[in-house]
Amino acid sequence: MSTKQKLGWAIAIVVVLIWSLFPVVSILANSLKPASEFAGGGGSFLPQTYTWENYQMIFTGGARDLFLPALRNSIGITLIATAVAVVLATLCAYAIARLDFPGKRIILITALAVSMFPVVSIVTPLFNVWRQIGLYDTWLGLILPYLSLTLPISIWTLAAFFQQIPWDLERAAQVDGATSFQAFRKVIVPLAAPGVFTTAIIAFFIAWNDFVFGIGLTSTSAARPVPAALAFFTGASQFEDPAGAISAAAIIVTIPVIILVLAFQRQIVAGLTQGAVKG
Amino acid sequence: MASITMNNLVKKYDDGFPAVNDVSIDIADGEFLILVGPSGCGKSTLLRMVVGLEDITSGDLLIDGNRVNEKEPRQRNLSMVFQNYALYPFLTVYENIAFPLRLAKGKFSDDEIDKKVRNAAELLDLNDHLERKPGNLSGGQRQRVAMGRAIVRDADAFLFDEPLSNLDAKLRGQMRTEIAQLQRRLGITSLYVTHDQTEAMTLGDRVAVLKKGRLQQIASPRELYEQPANLFVAGFIGAPSMNFLPARRDGNTFHTPIGDIPVPEHAQGRLDSAGELLILGVRPEHFADARDVQDTPWAAKGATFEAELTHTEWLGNQQYGYVRYEQDQDIKAKLDELAKDLDADEMPAQVVVELDASSRIRGGSNANLWVNTRKMHVFDPETGLNLTRDEEAGAELTREANEERKAEIERLQRHES
Repeated sequence: MSTKQKLGWAIAIVVVLIWSLFPVVSILANSLKPASEFAGGGGSFLPQTYTWENYQMIFTGGARDLFLPALRNSIGITLIATAVAVVLATLCAYAIARLDFPGKRIILITALAVSMFPVVSIVTPLFNVWRQIGLYDTWLGLILPYLSLTLPISIWTLAAFFQQIPWDLERAAQVDGATSFQAFRKVIVPLAAPGVFTTAIIAFFIAWNDFVFGIGLTSTSAARPVPAALAFFTGASQFEDPAGAISAAAIIVTIPVIILVLAFQRQIVAGLTQGAVKG
Repeated sequence: MASITMNNLVKKYDDGFPAVNDVSIDIADGEFLILVGPSGCGKSTLLRMVVGLEDITSGDLLIDGNRVNEKEPRQRNLSMVFQNYALYPFLTVYENIAFPLRLAKGKFSDDEIDKKVRNAAELLDLNDHLERKPGNLSGGQRQRVAMGRAIVRDADAFLFDEPLSNLDAKLRGQMRTEIAQLQRRLGITSLYVTHDQTEAMTLGDRVAVLKKGRLQQIASPRELYEQPANLFVAGFIGAPSMNFLPARRDGNTFHTPIGDIPVPEHAQGRLDSAGELLILGVRPEHFADARDVQDTPWAAKGATFEAELTHTEWLGNQQYGYVRYEQDQDIKAKLDELAKDLDADEMPAQVVVELDASSRIRGGSNANLWVNTRKMHVFDPETGLNLTRDEEAGAELTREANEERKAEIERLQRHES
C-alpha cells in the first residue's frame, strides 16, 4: 500500500469509529452526570462533575427493584432462546445442506417469509393469544416469539456454512465405520463450531435487543426484560429527569455484548477447514 | 481379505443417464485391480458404488460371496483413500489414524489402539508427525496419513480414488512405488481408480478400461498394451499413444498416406469381414530408421517406406520423429470421435516414430523408415474392433502376470518372516 492509500484508510477508519462510537460515548458521559446537570435541556456533552450515583441508583437505590429483575429476565430468556435456536437451526440447516428431501425449498422460503413480518403487526394478536392460554408475562411467552425472530436467520446462516464443509469428510467418516449421526457429531459439529458460534452471537443480539415483544407481552417484573424496563424508569423525584439512570442501565446491558464478542472472536477463526482437503 | 464381485452393475441418475452401464468384474482375493478411463467414464462412480456411498440401480455387488447392495458403508468393512485425502482437520495425525478404531467402540483397548496406530505410522514413516495437525503437513505427508487411516483397520479391501492426482510429478512416482509395495506386503485386495495410464500400467495386476460407463477390456497391463480389444483401449494405453493410419486394402497391400505396406501374415484371412477402408494401429517404437535395421534379421519382418519428417525431438535416450500426412476424409470423423473419447480435441494427421538416439535423421529431410508389421494392429473403422487381436496370446500374458504376482507376494511374505 502506498502512503496515500494508507492515509485514505486511516481517515476512513477514524470516520467510521467516530460515527459508531459517538452514541456510546455520549451515553457513557450521561451515565456519569449527576441528575442536576440534566435540568434545563441536558447540559454539556461531558459531565461537569463525575458521579457514580446513577449506577448506585439502579443497583442499590430507587430503581433497583425495576432493574435487577429485568436484568435477570433478560439474561435468562435470551440465553434459553439462543440455545434452543442454535440447536434447532443446526439440525435443520444440516438437513437442508446435506439431504435431499421434498419440501426443502419450502422450508427455506417459509423461514425467510416468517422473518419478513414486522414485529409490531404480530405483537397485538400474540398479546391476545398469550392472555388466553396463560403465556402472558412469562419467560416462555417471550422465548417463543424470540425463536421466530432468531430461527430463520440462524437456519440461513448455518445452511450456508454447512454447504462449505467438504462432503468427502463425512463420507470418509462413514467408510471409517461411523453411523450418519456419529459422522455428524464427530466430524461435522467440530468443523461447524465457528459457524455455530457466529450464529449464536447473532441470535443472542436479536433476542437481547428486542423491545417491542418485551414491552407488549409483559406487565410485571416476572418476565420484563431490560429494554422494556428502561421505559419505566423515573427520576428520584417527579421533577427529576431519569436520563442518568437510563444511561447507566444502557451501559450495563452493553457489557455482556462486548464480552461475548471479545470471548468468541477467537472461535470465529476463518479457515478452520484448511488442511482437510488439498489447500 | 476378500474377493469382490460385480455382476452387471448399473448406475442410472434421475435424468436417466447411465454413469455405469452393465459392468461385471471379478476381483480375486489379494489382487490389485485398476479402474482407468478418461474423465467422466464412470470409474469414480463405480468405486463409490462398491464402497456404498452411491446407490446401485441394478446388478449385484458381492464381497466374499455375500450380496452387500443394501448395506451401509460402515457395514461393508472396506477402507478408502479419497482424492482430496478427507483428513479431519481438527484432529492430530495420531487421532486421524485412530479414528476408525475409536469408532468401533469397545473393540479395542487404548493400548491396542496405540499399538496399531504406531505400527501404521511406522510403516508409512509418519512417526515424527503424529502430534501435528493435517493443515501443517505437506501433500505427500497428508497422503500418507490418509493411507494410515485406511490400513490401521483390518479392512477386507482398500479402495483408492485417484489418490495421487494432487501431488507433483516427482512425489507421485515415489508414492506410486510405496503404494505398490504396501499392497504386496499386506496382500490385501485393492481397487484403484485413476485417469493416469502410467499409474494403471505400473500398479495393477489387472486393469479395467472404462469408456462412458462401459467396460472396454479387462486384462493385465501387458495384454492391454500388446493385444488391445478395440481402438479406444489401443489409443488410451501407451504414451506417446498408438498411431492410427487410414488404409485402403487392395488384395495383399495396404495403401496408406505414408506409403504402401504389405498386409502382415497375422492379419491375413481376418480382414474379409470388414470393408476396404481400415485403420492401422502402430506404436511409435515399432518404427525405426531403416538404416539401423537393414543388415539385421528384423529387416525381413517389416516393410520400408520413405517419408519426410517435419521435425524430430531428441530426448537423450531416444528420439521422436514426426511425419505429417494428408488425412483421409472418410476416416477423419471416426478418428476425431475417438480423440474426443480420449479427452483430446482432434486426432492430428501425423505419425510419431521412435528412432534410436543416435539416428542422424533430422527434421525437414526425407528418410527411409522401417515399420515392424508383425506388431501392427488392424481395426475396423465401423465397430472399432481390433481385427488382428490374438486372444490366446493375450490370455497367456495375463496368466503370466498372475503367476508373477503370486510369486512376488510369496517372496515378500517370506522376506517379512
